[in-house]
Amino acid sequence: MVQAFEEISAADFFYRNRDIAGFTNPARAIFSSIRELVENSLDAADQSGITPDIYIRLSYDHEGTMKTEAEDENTIENEAGVSEPKVYRLRVVDNGSGVPARHIPSAFGQVLFGSKYKLKQARGTFGLGGTMALLYGQITTHKPAFVESSTGGARRYRYKLMVDIQRNRPVILDRKITLNKEGWRGTIVEFSLEGDYAKAISRILEYLKQTALVNPYANIMFIGPKGRLYKFDRVTTNMPPPPKETKPHPYGVDVETIQRLIRVTPCRNMVDFMRNHFHRVGEKTSHHFLESTGIGKTKRPRKLSPEQTVRLVKMMKRFRAFLPPDAGCLSPIGEELLKAGILKELQPEFIAFCQRQPSTYSGHPFIVEVAIAYGGNVQRKNDIVLYRFANRIPLLYDEASDVSWRIIKKINWRRYKVTPDMPIAILVHICSTKVPYKTVGKEFIADRPEVKREILNGIREASRQLQRFLTKREHVEKERRRLSTFSKYLPKIARFSTELAGKEKPPNIEKLLSSVKKYEEN
Amino acid sequence: MKKIKSAALERKKEVVTSLENFGLNLYEQMEKGVFPSIKMPSRSIENIYYNPELRQYILGEKTVRRSARNIRHIRPFTKLVWAAFFAHELARHRKTSTLRDVYYSAQAYNMAFKDQPESNNIVTDLETVSGFAREDFNVFPEERSAIFGDLTIEYTVPGYEGKQLNLTSHPDGVMIGPALTSAEFAKTGADKVIAIEKGGLFTRFVEEQVYRKYNALLVLTAGQAPRATRHFIHRLNKELNLPVYIFTDGDPWGMHIAMVIISGSANAAHLRELTTPDAKWSGVWASDIVKYKLPSDPLTDVDVKRLHELQRDPRYEGKLWQRETKRFLKIRKKAEQEAFSRYGLTYIVDEYLPAKLEAFEES
Repeated sequence: MVQAFEEISAADFFYRNRDIAGFTNPARAIFSSIRELVENSLDAADQSGITPDIYIRLSYDHEGTMKTEAEDENTIENEAGVSEPKVYRLRVVDNGSGVPARHIPSAFGQVLFGSKYKLKQARGTFGLGGTMALLYGQITTHKPAFVESSTGGARRYRYKLMVDIQRNRPVILDRKITLNKEGWRGTIVEFSLEGDYAKAISRILEYLKQTALVNPYANIMFIGPKGRLYKFDRVTTNMPPPPKETKPHPYGVDVETIQRLIRVTPCRNMVDFMRNHFHRVGEKTSHHFLESTGIGKTKRPRKLSPEQTVRLVKMMKRFRAFLPPDAGCLSPIGEELLKAGILKELQPEFIAFCQRQPSTYSGHPFIVEVAIAYGGNVQRKNDIVLYRFANRIPLLYDEASDVSWRIIKKINWRRYKVTPDMPIAILVHICSTKVPYKTVGKEFIADRPEVKREILNGIREASRQLQRFLTKREHVEKERRRLSTFSKYLPKIARFSTELAGKEKPPNIEKLLSSVKKYEEN
Repeated sequence: MKKIKSAALERKKEVVTSLENFGLNLYEQMEKGVFPSIKMPSRSIENIYYNPELRQYILGEKTVRRSARNIRHIRPFTKLVWAAFFAHELARHRKTSTLRDVYYSAQAYNMAFKDQPESNNIVTDLETVSGFAREDFNVFPEERSAIFGDLTIEYTVPGYEGKQLNLTSHPDGVMIGPALTSAEFAKTGADKVIAIEKGGLFTRFVEEQVYRKYNALLVLTAGQAPRATRHFIHRLNKELNLPVYIFTDGDPWGMHIAMVIISGSANAAHLRELTTPDAKWSGVWASDIVKYKLPSDPLTDVDVKRLHELQRDPRYEGKLWQRETKRFLKIRKKAEQEAFSRYGLTYIVDEYLPAKLEAFEES
């Protein structure tokens, strides 16, 4: 018997393996859809440098559910108390940079098409999320999606789209062009999908809260299917400087990258080739490096033999004199913004903050930021609350697999005067041109030694600040108790002695009481 | 017989004055603008010595200073001042109280004691500071013991002032409580005191009219004698010049009951007038067990351990004590007072007691 071989498209692949992109079940799917679209919106805002306004509306799609409303209300939960998936309509509106008209169909109707493949810090990385959301909606409801966008020009474009899953191509069902009189800019995405909102609601709200926390310059509005409004207002209009695009660092390059560069390079010798296409390689370094490889400096890049290409990559990794990647391309949140976000969402008594020096793993620069919040609305759950962020997006799932979680579990917290009953939240943010996720679902950070060390040191530094705060507080508290002891007991001694001595009026102890105070202030 | 002058009333006055002076001292310190502090003898083990002349434990030279300036002292300090105030109130209103009562009364002044031991400790502090026993402050323990015999006392407690009572008037004996302790001795026909450890034997002695036959006051210690009882025995000995004989079980514990009446305890090293150094332990001795062939029980390990401890105790240096502890260890037996019953109910009164008393008179 002859086996049938066939090729599948990228869309088909993700259709078959939607688990890996975070569309595991109806509850997760509705969460992931919102998350992917919100992150696209935030990225779009960062690019344009405009403080983002994001509006999310989730409503029941009665047409799609094929049930009457009365039935609907009664069957949200069946007798076993298990909520059933229903069809919802999701609409996300932003004021970001907008998508150029000709890219709209592909950006939303083709998997792995996007603007984020450059070496640059961004929330999205794969060009996958937005389309996956639409694709998931399509396979569960068989309805087209609507995408409307404008880059602020004279026109707005509205597309009615479906995804041809087998070919990984958008299918345009309709296109409307309207005049953009009000000069609107942004993107609107609206589609139907099957989901389980009842199960997803807590994650969605937690996600939005944490997103608001690390993006305190964003206005986020969410309206749930029953009409309840959740609002996360911006507290600042300062935005972190937009991340810059960067060239690959020699330490992070592989043979395929070299070959692609060779195909497009205008450079006619190796010295220029190294200098122009790689991060942190200048004239001198270029000469120096090529001498170590034994490849001629004047060699034309196109003439490199396959063996020489492999050798070049190998030597790049071995050469010690490259400067580490410059973190100028990274955009950490920074102390001011992160503290503003934390204050806004957690109202803590105290915030410790630490931004580590830029570091690298495998040629990718990264910066770790750690904040610790104490008290206020931080939950007391007999354990430290961990908030994880990567490139300014919250990571909610698989907490226990995350490197930060393991680090926190290993630290001897008593050294920092921290006891489990304290309301303490630790925020770890890593920003990088390539966040070391372990999965496509972007849920947790892998255990890279370089990353681990930076996170550990960041947490330690912030913990020391927390310790100082706790020590001081303890001291103040102790002093307060001390004074209250004196002012409670001294008058009693005075009173009883007066009665024993048969005196009329008690001795003047004000001086004694104030002397206790003075003594301590010294 | 002429009314014997008791020190009771005099003493009450001294106590009140001492409390007032204590308060005045603190008051004046505060008026001068300094934190009030007090000095008192240390009651730690290193500062407790046995004084062979007084034949009791006393406190040494070491003192401790409690200051209201010290954050760790101020709480107990305040409680001590309160205790003095409370004792003064009791004296003023001529009321009595118990240790338990003291513990609860503090709560009325919004400074509750942590537990009973803390409150007891504060009362002991007050004893140390003033040199008076808590009974002098009208704070009495819960334990009660009794006395029976031809002694007429005159009450000084409110409502009974001047009333007299002969202590033979009730066959169960009269409880040695606050009223009796503070009473004055009017007259007595007795010429000795016999202290008895156990209630059963006390009752037997009353029934057998020992008090008449031997002209004795009978005191029931009910086990280890309470401090009020020890003080009362002290007064009988000092004020009425009555010799005191103590009958206990024939074992290390009985011996020690007698010893505490005679020489006091380390816990009361800060106090005087609780001891009766001339009192005699009159049995049951180890030698009596042999001599009278008393039914006996073997010594337990705990008994033996206790005997070894007692041998090293400075209070046990006397000939009699050394001889009897040794003999107990030798015969490895102990006997209760009731053991004499094998010779009939009256044997102990008719035979044993006269023999013992005679032996002491001869010596």
